[in-house]
Amino acid sequence: MSPQTILEGGGVPSGTPGAATLLEVRDVTTQFVTDRGVLNAVNGVSFSLERGRTLGIVGESGSGKSVLSRSIMGLLPRSTTIRSGQVFFEGTEISGLNDSQYRELWGDEMAMIFQDPMTALNPVMKIGNQITESLRFHLNMSKSDARDTAVALLKAVKIPEAEKRFSSYPHEMSGGMRQRVVIAVALACGPKLLFADEPTTALDVTVQAQILDLLAEQQRERYMAMILVTHDLGVVAGRADEIAVMYAGRIVEQAPTDILFREMKMPYTEALLSAIPKMDDPSHTRLAAIGGRPPDLVNPPKGCSFSPRCPYVQPRCHEEVPPLAPSPTTPSHKFACFYPVGSPETEAIRLELAAKRLMSTAPHSEPVTPPPFIAPPLDGGTDTTPMGGA
Amino acid sequence: MHTSRDTSITQLDPNILPTIEAIEAPSSGRHGGDKLGTAGWISIGWIGGLALLAVLAPVLPIPDPNESFPEIARMGPTSGHILGGDAIGRDMLSRIIWGARASFIVGFGAVAFGLVLGGILGLITGFFRGRVDSIITPLMNVLLAIPQFVLALSLVTVLASGEGVDATRRLAVVVLGLGVVSIPLLGRITRANTLAWSEREFVLASRAMGAKNWRIMMREVLPNVVPAMLSIALLGVGIAIVAEGGLSLFGVGVQLPTPSWGNMIAEGRDQMRRAPHIVIFTSIVLFLTVMALNYLGDAVSRRFGVRESVL
Repeated sequence: MSPQTILEGGGVPSGTPGAATLLEVRDVTTQFVTDRGVLNAVNGVSFSLERGRTLGIVGESGSGKSVLSRSIMGLLPRSTTIRSGQVFFEGTEISGLNDSQYRELWGDEMAMIFQDPMTALNPVMKIGNQITESLRFHLNMSKSDARDTAVALLKAVKIPEAEKRFSSYPHEMSGGMRQRVVIAVALACGPKLLFADEPTTALDVTVQAQILDLLAEQQRERYMAMILVTHDLGVVAGRADEIAVMYAGRIVEQAPTDILFREMKMPYTEALLSAIPKMDDPSHTRLAAIGGRPPDLVNPPKGCSFSPRCPYVQPRCHEEVPPLAPSPTTPSHKFACFYPVGSPETEAIRLELAAKRLMSTAPHSEPVTPPPFIAPPLDGGTDTTPMGGA
Repeated sequence: MHTSRDTSITQLDPNILPTIEAIEAPSSGRHGGDKLGTAGWISIGWIGGLALLAVLAPVLPIPDPNESFPEIARMGPTSGHILGGDAIGRDMLSRIIWGARASFIVGFGAVAFGLVLGGILGLITGFFRGRVDSIITPLMNVLLAIPQFVLALSLVTVLASGEGVDATRRLAVVVLGLGVVSIPLLGRITRANTLAWSEREFVLASRAMGAKNWRIMMREVLPNVVPAMLSIALLGVGIAIVAEGGLSLFGVGVQLPTPSWGNMIAEGRDQMRRAPHIVIFTSIVLFLTVMALNYLGDAVSRRFGVRESVL
């Protein structure tokens, strides 16, 4: 398929297949200047992403996952932000660009889907015009071409009666429909890299599944790279090729999805996963929670940032910051922990805790399966709880 | 991997979907329901009717507003002159209609002036914040700290008083004076609303799609801010019309003999004892007009959900 072809589903294809690295992020640090001091929102994050692949970034609120994606895209306000590190997009350094150079990339090369479809669309503009605007600006389409493409896009995101919906206002649509429109807007110019910043957080569970399936389908069709930011391990479990777990602005564990779920090493990841209610738990099982709260990013704790909340904490953890290093057995699995889950020190504590029944983690010998995505039935055994992690 | 997942929802035949009737989401009240109502239409009718009369004044079958009929001087309503005559026998109905011209020019002109300048300043300061904001906004606050009426009075007195100032220049200066006074008021409203709307995600989304700043300002922010501006502007028109009356009491309103409601009341107050109808009729028209404008302003803010909290 040549890059000029118009896809059946609308828009321009994102480019030709190829396994070259699309995005490489090296040691990106983002700090905000606040009244209390400098806040380390993102602290030395590195990763790379190939075309057609999905990276899931998981973390609780305030772990820096949204800031990271905005930082890569260059969307943060310059006056209050200090950025360092390098971002390579298709081999070109982009972190030093100015706004008008970034504008060449925005929409065309990289696009973002926002969390809340209620506020991500302009309430006084017809949804069709919100899609055609960027088509006309970036691709210099004529008015009628842009309209046809927009209708095709609306069909591609499975909006019924697309021609009629073209001239609807956002308030006339439901949340799930609006999120489809938001996706259509982001896909319009055929970006090669799509940031999905908690695309399903504001939607209910059944619609979440539809939206994620739609995103996966569009990603396959357009051969886009996608960064899926979420606080919900269940969302990334079946959809990301690789998962990076963020805590206090750092990546604390990163691995291909199946490896991460099979042999997680970082106690934080383990705690996140055990916080998800399980379908086969008996009724009235106490929900696991991670004690304490995320660290203050202006005055981060000494040593490992998770040490104040870590059940397996050792004296060394309070002194030194563990580096993100590849696992000796699986090089694609990186984690930042001196005493990873499964090491002798943690096993002793685990047994002790299990004895006290403070933690409801399964014995380590049993592999942890990815959490099921669909919520337990309401009349089922477990307490009804929100999906996912923190 | 997801053996437990129920796929029935997501794996429907895609060909079925487009035929599903879209369900209308309940309207959130921003655009739906809550129409103008009878009072709103009466208000529009009153203002529109007066404006029409004012525009058509030269061709209406009414006497010249400056033609004196000595027989109806200080007389109430009589046949042929349904609102009677003023102190020197000029037809009241004709003067009120011609007076609407000057009063509307002052009211709408001053607010339009303030709306354009205040609106631009408010949009720019609210959108860019930073240094621009820290220069312009304190200046507007200084302007707000000076008593509004004193400011307008001094502007008009300095720019157009004394002998040899023609009526057109005086009218222009009154518009300018009241317009300058309204800049900080309208500027602040615009700035506050721009601040609130600029924080919305769709503004960031538009930026992330590569829109330029001016485009975001004009296409994304401004249309959302307009209802608040319009609502305050309508109140402002009423205030400006009354303020012109105040200026007239000090002799610097619209220049006689050109009638305006303000200078008619100012002139008629000498006759309050002998011919109260001069002041009363003019005041009633003025009162109804201001009330209609206020009502419309409220209706606009209600209809578009303008929150008082951001004012």
